[in-house]
Amino acid sequence: MRINKTLRVTLTGLLFAGLVFSFAGCGKNKEMEGILQVRGSDTMLQLSTSWAEAYMKINPKVQIAVTGGGSGTGIAAMINGTIDIANASRKIKDKEIEEAKGKGIEPVEHVVARDGISVVVNPSNPVRELTQAQIKDMYTGKITNWKDVGGPNHDITLCARDNSSGTYAFFQEHVLEEEDYSPKALNLQSNSAIVEEVAQNEYAIGYIGLGYLVDAGDKVAAVKVEGVMPSNETVASGEYKISRVLNMYTNGEPEGLVKAFLDFIMSEEGQKIVSDEGFVPLR
Amino acid sequence: MKSLRLARPQWQDKALRILFTGAASTSILIVILIFLFLFKEALPFTFDPGIDKLFQGRWNPTSFKQEMFGIWPLLTSSLLVTFIATVISVPVGVVSAVYISEVAKPAEREFFKPFIELLAGIPSVVIGFFGIMVLGPLIKKIFYLDSGLNALTGALLLALMAAPTIISISEDAIRSVPRSYKEASLATGATKLQTIWRVTVPSSLSGIIAAVMLGMGRVIGETMTVLMVTGNSLQLTLNPLNPVRTMTATIAAEMGEAVQGDSHYQALFLIGIVLLLITFGLNMIAQRALKKFGARQ
Repeated sequence: MRINKTLRVTLTGLLFAGLVFSFAGCGKNKEMEGILQVRGSDTMLQLSTSWAEAYMKINPKVQIAVTGGGSGTGIAAMINGTIDIANASRKIKDKEIEEAKGKGIEPVEHVVARDGISVVVNPSNPVRELTQAQIKDMYTGKITNWKDVGGPNHDITLCARDNSSGTYAFFQEHVLEEEDYSPKALNLQSNSAIVEEVAQNEYAIGYIGLGYLVDAGDKVAAVKVEGVMPSNETVASGEYKISRVLNMYTNGEPEGLVKAFLDFIMSEEGQKIVSDEGFVPLR
Repeated sequence: MKSLRLARPQWQDKALRILFTGAASTSILIVILIFLFLFKEALPFTFDPGIDKLFQGRWNPTSFKQEMFGIWPLLTSSLLVTFIATVISVPVGVVSAVYISEVAKPAEREFFKPFIELLAGIPSVVIGFFGIMVLGPLIKKIFYLDSGLNALTGALLLALMAAPTIISISEDAIRSVPRSYKEASLATGATKLQTIWRVTVPSSLSGIIAAVMLGMGRVIGETMTVLMVTGNSLQLTLNPLNPVRTMTATIAAEMGEAVQGDSHYQALFLIGIVLLLITFGLNMIAQRALKKFGARQ
């Protein structure tokens, strides 16, 4: 108890000091106010919400609304001019850039974090290691039985995201090497829907963002890809191959509140939130 | 009171008349506007890439190689799910309606009705949750499947959602059968059961058919539940134990991603038109049936 109390007093003191400093910091610049609309990648939803909450704590006059829906949704909304920042867990497509320019919108890319995509199976499945080629053959429908990759003699249930997901597009581009998904693949709505299905289905394989692997605990088992286990370290070092950068897109070079928010994201504090959320910081 | 009503100036009557006509025509206007809007958004698809692309065997609008907009897998999924749900919910719904209106004691009726009304009010997303957490795993166990997310799970939940509509409208129809019909039947020596099946139900058939059509309309247009529990796989299949992706689920899942004016976007609007035509057809059948049986009465 006593220790707790001391700790609490110290923490409160620190927090207060922090507040004073941050207000002092604000005093130098103009205090930010206004409303920001951020939309897009479901993978980045938790992360962006945490950034927004932390930023709104420092700048109480700012309101940031973060919604998901998928990378494509975010980019489409930016092209249609309804939001300030689009979250995308993939790169913007050439077609989208063209469409944006047609509407007088100039998408500018900001890399805000890194992410690994872990391939997961049911914990009772003995398969714990796959090559990228094997994963590709499974998802394109060339391998349909677990016995071909060293598992039990049983059909594979493929779990993919639905096609508005950046993870879906990234996986198709980099693991499937732009081949089409097997039409038998289940198109699930979220990372957690994939975790649920793989946890319940002994013969399922799925893919989720690294951040969700931590949350999933022992409900699913991650698979080594080309002999490398996905983790913050292996993603940062580039050893783990199925990794990507997470982007935010703005219309034109950011200014005002958008710039201030992006600066916060790039700051040490913003990047600390990245690792707290289970993603891989840029530095 | 009466003199007051007579004293009302004529312009007031006119104004009210216009107001009521206006209110009644608004719904017609809105239907027409929705039709026009759907056609306007979907029309460019018929020139580029061409309407024949809609009849390919595969739906794959985001392929890196060859975008495909075949709606067969989606259409068969919707029809499969609707068919199973109807086959389940119609007998259950009609029998329940007969029970509640003809057999149940007043106290039992008071007990059942609120529950049925409550069932109608459960949000589809909650039914979806129930499907994922309870019904899916159960179906998986019963049929020794790998996954509980399939057409059957979706259809069972949809049957649950259509049942309250079918029950309450059929019940109204059955209750409105004149007492004299039943009394005449019973007087000729028919048993209660014979009276119900040979007299009461046939004379309320028009209402029951309308109830079934409305129930089917609810089923084919339902989105959230099927999106959550049918597994959303794009294969062309008629096996209820396979995962499927219905037309509504496709629109809901992909609309956000499609860029306005893109072929993918237009194809989704075309699916909307197909859906609208199907519900339109269902309504036409219901109207026809109503007229036919109405005339016989």
